Amino acid sequence: MTHSAHASDQLNHAGGPVPGSQGTRFGFFTDTSVCIGCKACEVACKEWNQVPERTDTGFTGDSMDNTGDLGADAWRHVAFIEQPHGHDAMSRAGLGPPIIDAARHAGNGRAGLEWFGQDPGLPPGAHGAEAIPQLPVFNGEPASPAEDGFRWLMSSDVCKHCTQAACLEVCPTGAIFYTEFDTVVVQDDVCNGCGYCVTACPYGVIERRSPGQPGGGGAFKCTLCYDRMKGSQQPACAQACPTDSIQFGPLEELRARADVRADELIEAGVPGVQLYGHDPSDGVGGNGAFFLLLDEPEVYGLPPDPVTPTRNLGEIWRWIGVAAAGVVAAAGAAVLGGDR
Amino acid sequence: MNADPAPLGEVAASAPVDGRVGHPPEVRSYYARPVIKEPAWTWEVPWYLFAGGLAGCSSVLSLAARLAGHDALADRARLIAAGAVVACPPLLISDLGRPARFYNMLRVFKPTSVMSVGSWLLAAYSTAAAGAVGLSRWGRLPRLRAVADTAAGGLGAVMATYTGGLMADTSIPVWHEARRELPILFGSGGLASAGSAAVLLSPRGSAEPARRLAVTGAGSELVVENVMRRRLGMVGEVYERAEAGRYHRAAQVATLLGGGAMAAGRHRPWLARLGAVSVLVGSLAQRWSVFKAGFQSARDPQATLAPQRARLNRGEGHRESSRS
Repeated sequence: MTHSAHASDQLNHAGGPVPGSQGTRFGFFTDTSVCIGCKACEVACKEWNQVPERTDTGFTGDSMDNTGDLGADAWRHVAFIEQPHGHDAMSRAGLGPPIIDAARHAGNGRAGLEWFGQDPGLPPGAHGAEAIPQLPVFNGEPASPAEDGFRWLMSSDVCKHCTQAACLEVCPTGAIFYTEFDTVVVQDDVCNGCGYCVTACPYGVIERRSPGQPGGGGAFKCTLCYDRMKGSQQPACAQACPTDSIQFGPLEELRARADVRADELIEAGVPGVQLYGHDPSDGVGGNGAFFLLLDEPEVYGLPPDPVTPTRNLGEIWRWIGVAAAGVVAAAGAAVLGGDR
Repeated sequence: MNADPAPLGEVAASAPVDGRVGHPPEVRSYYARPVIKEPAWTWEVPWYLFAGGLAGCSSVLSLAARLAGHDALADRARLIAAGAVVACPPLLISDLGRPARFYNMLRVFKPTSVMSVGSWLLAAYSTAAAGAVGLSRWGRLPRLRAVADTAAGGLGAVMATYTGGLMADTSIPVWHEARRELPILFGSGGLASAGSAAVLLSPRGSAEPARRLAVTGAGSELVVENVMRRRLGMVGEVYERAEAGRYHRAAQVATLLGGGAMAAGRHRPWLARLGAVSVLVGSLAQRWSVFKAGFQSARDPQATLAPQRARLNRGEGHRESSRS
């Protein structure tokens, strides 16, 4: 892949923001169609940000995903979804071809799926290259990988850096703030661990770290590598991503690029293609970190229609007012009513 | 190809539509894992909800009783309010992840955060409620005492109800979708417990208005709680399950029996007092059931996903459904 992903005058040769780019909104475009699930992003994030080991780490037994979800100690999380033929959204609904057909017809060489179902094999002379490949067995029957239509959906999830960030709006200490790059960051030295942000986030991203861990008791989440951005570096996960599935840059540019990419994939017949979080008119005012998905958001563990709870703040205060007036009225009636 | 096993990592897309109002079909999820986080809050929070309601409504009762000339009741309710409000700051502070930094709450005033407004409210209200008691003991500065009484009464009404909005201003479905009912429910519970506490602690013969207030509060609590669950539909079913369900049933029984006993106890003080204890227990159990319901609701991916998907399918969502 070319480094067209970095062809911005707001980015330096290392893919970081150029000095003086403060005031520009930066973000992530995560193109899940080219994610290979390598988890380099998870590792790079943990390394750079010194995110401690999870206290509840374990073997999920669900898939290759043993991280499970985002949290105080997981700021990137790679989701794995295994979909046998016919279980993806489109072919089940009879709305489109299974992905294998799309891959077969992705002839223009731009969809990035040309390899799909075709085992390139090992180069001649390599150890094991002469061995006869074993056909995978699926549902009890041998099936060639070209025909079983099985697909893996992989997606590196991250804090969405909402335009109207619920965590920030409900934070009673002002610990959470918008940076000069319009990202959402927790100031650890201000946070008193009230946990209100944890209940407010519609994506289940931010979390209070367990006591005993470094920084325990405070709320933690992705900072979009605020420290690296200030040092004109791109975030660690984006730099580590080997397929440019995680792209960092000025949000406007990323949005334009995502539109082009989505159209390419749709033209190639890939089923279920949709952008998630790119639309500033959605329930959170759009995300600073948005996604190209190959199935409905809920399949990836993302809420399909997230809304910042503070959008209903007017209604909430109105009903508090109604209730308070009711309390006063009831007390008045109690002392005045009856025959004393 | 219908012989396929259920797709890995997905809840089967079968739609158990049972015709109940607000029961959207089950949607696919990521290995049935929760979408949102459970609250980080601990046992202090439901006790705070209870103590804040008891204190706030006691101040309102005290002010109303003073204005209507029931001085004995007013004095006692003022004491109850101060006693209950003393418990509030320690409860809230010990619930923090970093209690030593509690004062950061008063670093900013943020109208978008119900907790921020609530912190300032608690600071102002507790000053007024405690000040009123202190001044009345001291016996001087009667005008300032009257100002403190009035302030405590006015702020107390909000103190008893804002906690409903505190829970509602979150992404927890069973709390956020109950944003109309929760303040009224907590206000009702506050009235019921303030009335009951005054019945138990007031001099003989002076507690009749408090008894009436407790009966009103208990009845309102039962009605509002029912309305809330009905309107929540599928999301409200957590009130029938596990811990939230047990607290909810306990609250219903205790409030119903206690409220009934208090209603019948006008000329039987012992019955009114017995009922008052039961109503207090019911009001506390009610807060615990709401608190626990939030955790259960957050754990259930369907509570988050199904209403959102249904909203999108109806064309009432905030984003376009997929390009399909």
